[in-house]
Amino acid sequence: MTGGMGTAETTITLNGAEVTGRAPADTTLVRWLREQAHAYEVKEGCNEGTCGTCTVLVDGRAATGCTTLAVQVDGAAVETSASLADGEELSPLQAKFWETGAAQCGFCTQGMLMSAVELLRSGVEVTPAVVREHLHGNLCRCTGYQAIVDAVVDAAAEGATR
Amino acid sequence: MTETLSSRTASTTRVVNQAVPRRDSHEKLRGRTRYAGDVDIAGQLHARLVRSPVPSARIVSRDASAALQVPGVVAVLFGEDVPNNEIPTNTAGIKGRPLPPSWVLAVERVRYHGEPVALIVAESPRALAAAEALVEVEYDVLPVVSDPERALEPGSPEVHEGGNLLSQWRIDRGDVDRAFAEAPIVVEGSYEAQVVDHAYLELETGIGWLDDEGVINIKASTQEIEHYRRIAHIVGLPDSKVRVQAPYLGGGFGGKEDMTVEPYIALAVQRTGRPVKMVWSRQESLTARAKRHPVRMRYRTAAAADGTLLAHDIEIVSDAGAYPLLSGFVLLYITLNAAGPYRCDNVRVHSRAAYTNNTPGSAFRGFGGMQPVLAYEAQIDRVADAAGRDRVEVRKANAFVVGDRIPAGQRIETAVWLPQCIDAVLEAIGPRPEPSSPEHRVGLGLACNVQPYGRVAWMNDSASAWVGCERDGGVVVRCGVPDVGGGQVSSLAQIAAEVLHVPMDSVTVHFGDSARTPLAGRTTATRQLYMSGNAVLSAAEELRGQLLEGVAQGTGQPVSELTLTEGGVLTPGGVVPLAEVVAMCLASGVAINAMRTYFAPTGEPVTELVDSERIVPDFTFGAHAAYVEVDTRTGQVRPLRYVAAHDVGRAINPLSVRGQIQGAVVQGIGYALTERIVYDEGVNLTGAFYQYAIPTAADCPEIEVAILESGEGVGPFHARGIGEPPIGPCAATLASAVEDAVGARPATLPMLAETVLACVDEGGRA
Repeated sequence: MTGGMGTAETTITLNGAEVTGRAPADTTLVRWLREQAHAYEVKEGCNEGTCGTCTVLVDGRAATGCTTLAVQVDGAAVETSASLADGEELSPLQAKFWETGAAQCGFCTQGMLMSAVELLRSGVEVTPAVVREHLHGNLCRCTGYQAIVDAVVDAAAEGATR
Repeated sequence: MTETLSSRTASTTRVVNQAVPRRDSHEKLRGRTRYAGDVDIAGQLHARLVRSPVPSARIVSRDASAALQVPGVVAVLFGEDVPNNEIPTNTAGIKGRPLPPSWVLAVERVRYHGEPVALIVAESPRALAAAEALVEVEYDVLPVVSDPERALEPGSPEVHEGGNLLSQWRIDRGDVDRAFAEAPIVVEGSYEAQVVDHAYLELETGIGWLDDEGVINIKASTQEIEHYRRIAHIVGLPDSKVRVQAPYLGGGFGGKEDMTVEPYIALAVQRTGRPVKMVWSRQESLTARAKRHPVRMRYRTAAAADGTLLAHDIEIVSDAGAYPLLSGFVLLYITLNAAGPYRCDNVRVHSRAAYTNNTPGSAFRGFGGMQPVLAYEAQIDRVADAAGRDRVEVRKANAFVVGDRIPAGQRIETAVWLPQCIDAVLEAIGPRPEPSSPEHRVGLGLACNVQPYGRVAWMNDSASAWVGCERDGGVVVRCGVPDVGGGQVSSLAQIAAEVLHVPMDSVTVHFGDSARTPLAGRTTATRQLYMSGNAVLSAAEELRGQLLEGVAQGTGQPVSELTLTEGGVLTPGGVVPLAEVVAMCLASGVAINAMRTYFAPTGEPVTELVDSERIVPDFTFGAHAAYVEVDTRTGQVRPLRYVAAHDVGRAINPLSVRGQIQGAVVQGIGYALTERIVYDEGVNLTGAFYQYAIPTAADCPEIEVAILESGEGVGPFHARGIGEPPIGPCAATLASAVEDAVGARPATLPMLAETVLACVDEGGRA
């Protein structure tokens, strides 16, 4: 630790399990999750809130982990992409991603899934246009988005929420 | 939706040519895939570069004493601390002009904004951040040259001693002057394309450590594990003392073809003996890592009255930026592809790459096959218009056929399904949508392209693979391919599963390790499926022969009576399960593994005047069509619907082919409409991701793919490469659509609002 920043103890319910860590108070949520909770599934892509790669759900709402400080979400429930599968079995949404080829390099996928989960849980009628608008904060450089949109629409049609 | 038009009525394969979910995607979806940045080692240090804040300067002094006082800072390295600080430039094929080296850490001079000057190693990223500002470097600012054409003028500031011409290529086929003198149609055009960034989501990242053999191990996000030799040279060790592993990458697109973090990690490990992690920030990646070359292209094209192409006279200037990297080769690809997929017997091309103080240019998906599409597709439209003929018909009439020579001399040896691609996209694009208001105009665009796959012949390219059986009957593939996200590894598993009649799940692939997997070359040049795929095919076929031989020895049946089948070897006496087959092989002294190396066709290096029978292995052709809507008040262009067709020879995995094409189209839409790196006299102003507009899901149209299969590629199962080709036609397709909408055609990329508004004015349809 250098500089004058003090440390803070933060407790987060991560994918249903309580995790407590102590880190400098200016630690971003994405780095806290990776360094304190070893939640390596959360990826960092820009550290400025542009690419959406580090998107997680905080108390059910999508947030970019690089523009959120860990101390701001002390006591909150955080969900990451690791929460979706049931053991080896992919969640219905993940299964659609798998079938359509929506994960290529797989890096944006972690945030993309969580934004999509937020949409699926919202009860909004899911059309391709709605999916595109909802996911506009999650950049993908591999897929051209088509397979992702197809996967989310298909998952919604089957009533999936995760 | 994906449509497939195949030369074969029915597939005779079980696994290959089937749209199977990729084997890597399951763990990626679960979030369990460990990328290079997801590896931490207890006791690791962190490293960071100090980069030049100015584009051109003499370094007066450097002082690390204050930085070294920061608690946690372990070392600060300057160029003098690097055993071999000079990185030689690979000059193969560019004869007669020794190219200047680049530097691991600049010592006397910086030539671009963001050039590395010092390397800090510390206990924590926070200590690095605190130390960075305290590394004192004094610069004596020198004149900047940031325009490539100005750079080539006499008296311009020299980026390197000896002038700013990095390389030039010429094609001079036929009698161009005579063709122009006699031609009834001559059309001219100037075109310009910008600097763009790869913008993969996974940044340049790696971790290194020293093992018990004294080998520096580096696990990095790289398209090229064989940089281990170059890294060993830099740190002054034998080649065998550096090992590079590439786990699954979070995207590459050419941006991880040159070294990024690797030499710095190696230096820091060597200096400290401890594990060292390095992660570049998005901001330094945007500022300093190599980009796609911007070009200016001037075309004159002559044609007969019916639109038959007679001659091209083409001048191209490319901005190479501050160091050579791969600029000479990219320029060669620009030159080779300058006339597009059309027959033309009289062609003159003069292309030049100039040093400037901008970010170096280097590899980016398309690799020089990309830039000229904007120009040659506009030219053929102008020819068609001048001839009073349909643009589609003129394309089909001029398209290469087997046996034609490209202007650089090589003959086309495999099918050219350009007309079929055009028909496929025009059929699939559907009816013209209605404009959304009286101020909007809708237009239809069409463009075609050709892109080589595989490396140039004088690289003497090869790829090796090992395929073997475990005693339980499982199949193992070892192949040094880096998987950049395109499904390279999954396709190899498919090929092995096909040949050996096993399910995909029973194939394990070890990949991307310079010490422990047979070397297969870099994942670039649309070469991995072609090269490694052929190597795995060959090794698997050899293994198949071994398995049959083992059963022949074990059962006394002749090999001619035996066939591989699901689960084992079919004999007249029934199926011998694979585990038993393996036991029979071992009992009979028959090997159960094979290593094979696939060699690409070779040829002599070309001279500056390019004329050769063999330059590249083969070509991939395609056609795209799109509807766009133009807002005549704002100049905003919105793609409404997009269709892309490519002849892929044979699709090893149609799902992966579709994904490659759709992803390339969106990268191409960004190139066409929004993406650009902006410089102010060499200072890169695009230092944040929010300033660099790659397309979002909301910006993109539905993209339909038509996969055509002529069955004539030179890859495994007659596949062609498809990684790069589909990015080529996008900008030309959208320019053509804008022209159809408003009556005038953008010739400068990206097609910013002011450019499009000028077209609206010129077209007079507002």
